[in-house]
Amino acid sequence: MKKVIFFIYVSLFILNWGKAWSLIEVDITRGNLNPLPLAVSPLSVDQKSKEKFKDLLKLDDIGAEISKVVENNLRQSGLFNPLDPKAFLQKPDIAHVKPRFEDWALIKAQALITGEVKIVDEKLRVEFRLWDVLAGKEIMALAFTTVSENWRRVGHIITDKVYQRLTGEKGYFDTRIIYVAEEGLKTSRIKKLAIMDQDGFNTKYLTLGNELVLTPRFNPTNQMVTYLSYFKNLPRVYLLDIETGIQEVVGDFPGMTFAPRFSPDGKKIIMSFAKDGNSDIYTMDLESREVEKITNHPSIDTSPSYSPDGKYICFNSDRSGYQQIYVMRSDGSKVKRISFGNGLYGTPVWSPRGDLIAFTKLHKGKFYIGVMRTDGTGERLLTENYYQEAPSWSPNGRVLIFYRETKSDSAGKGFSAKLWSIDLTGYNERMVKTETDASDPSWSSLLTD
Amino acid sequence: MSLNKIFRNTLLVISASILLSACAVKTTGKLQGDVYTGKDTVEYLASGVPDRVFFATNETVLTTASRETLRKQASWLRKNSKINVVLEGHADERGTREYNLALGERRANAAKDYLMTYGISGNRISVISYGKERPVDSGSNPLAWSKNRRSVTVKAN
Repeated sequence: MKKVIFFIYVSLFILNWGKAWSLIEVDITRGNLNPLPLAVSPLSVDQKSKEKFKDLLKLDDIGAEISKVVENNLRQSGLFNPLDPKAFLQKPDIAHVKPRFEDWALIKAQALITGEVKIVDEKLRVEFRLWDVLAGKEIMALAFTTVSENWRRVGHIITDKVYQRLTGEKGYFDTRIIYVAEEGLKTSRIKKLAIMDQDGFNTKYLTLGNELVLTPRFNPTNQMVTYLSYFKNLPRVYLLDIETGIQEVVGDFPGMTFAPRFSPDGKKIIMSFAKDGNSDIYTMDLESREVEKITNHPSIDTSPSYSPDGKYICFNSDRSGYQQIYVMRSDGSKVKRISFGNGLYGTPVWSPRGDLIAFTKLHKGKFYIGVMRTDGTGERLLTENYYQEAPSWSPNGRVLIFYRETKSDSAGKGFSAKLWSIDLTGYNERMVKTETDASDPSWSSLLTD
Repeated sequence: MSLNKIFRNTLLVISASILLSACAVKTTGKLQGDVYTGKDTVEYLASGVPDRVFFATNETVLTTASRETLRKQASWLRKNSKINVVLEGHADERGTREYNLALGERRANAAKDYLMTYGISGNRISVISYGKERPVDSGSNPLAWSKNRRSVTVKAN
């Protein structure tokens, strides 16, 4: 894949945001049944820049397009209710300089986003402001410059800044999802690695579908991915640099390596290694290639995931007779079972905030995505379905993405696999748009902090 | 085969037989308990030598019928000493992907161990797990799942 040139510089021309007191505040710790009404005024573009962008990007009105990205992000978050632009009374260019707050209050907007895009030195320069309509003042202003091909990312960055200003927590919009794109019959499914922006745009396929690929996971510190490939019919853990497209095998042991994930510092891969009917957990240092055996038990030990401080590992084991979730120190000592509810538990994933573990649960023929504290208390089931598994956390630990499959008959009719997301609150469940059927999603870190 | 594995397998066989004797196993059509006993998907390595064995949900223990099938495979392999095989282990769709990969590997190895106790060299047998990735029956029902919980012996050369 072509290296994406991306550079950005941010200049704060008002320094008081983050500290400024304002009336609007969005509580993201509860299910939000009354999303905050706000107006995303189309970014204004001068005529000359408009023509230039039209040439470069084939977009009639780049200002409106970027605003649509922001609007869609905010709506999908479930916390905001972007109002219909048809109701806006004030022109974008004037609103950006001096909003008439009465007009915006009239349509019940509590916050207003305005902005301007133009071409400066062949680059896209955007500035935007966030206004508190009720208090009648600006609460944030920001400008940055980037290459014009990155125009959708401009919308994501604006959303992240607005989200952070209004909720007090980092956003998750300038991120990507890597997943497995699926096609064909259930009995001979073709699977490819695919990557897309968090909102389903800019899909790229990273493998051709010649071999089975499963469970891609992002390195939390860069754009590397680890996954399982059946290349030459040898199921092995691979490493892929999505910028260069270079792949290499990392778990080339005489058996099967699978269930890979990165350590939080990105320097190790933790994975399962199966041989002679037994799966144990191993780590491999990516620089020294040193391999360490972490568990040593005749049962199945798999699906390992580190705590964000790297001190602990949660994993899946059937050492009690059935699949349950365990936590141990990262050297493999002090193994402790933490799941004790009814049913089977799998795919534990430690939250990037450190306080929760997300999991898949199977109970009485239904599959659940849930969370529990790291000591196993406070189990909360977020969603129930015929089949769903493999949660992955948004980088701010507020949203989970997973995949869901539907029932089918013996000919495979009725079958589908789709990505879904749900808030930690259990509200705001949404299907995530993908070009093909999809499974095994993994959420990247924020691309720009 | 490590000692604790032999111990574990023996334990599983014993506990399974206790279970079997404790409760009368229901045989309904093509299922005994929830192990598939039909012939729908079965292919033959040679006349009278079925290519696959089936497992109960979440289990890797070989049933009486499975052991009989594997003894037939062992004697066919002894007669055809130039043939090597791959044992492909599979799981049904009602489980998480990664655990099912491990489960398929364990199932195929249960079959491999049994072939080896009948004198087939481990060098002639390789093992691969497909987890739930390659069902033979796409149905979302107990009968389809029972056909998919399997270890299939495939000629490698």
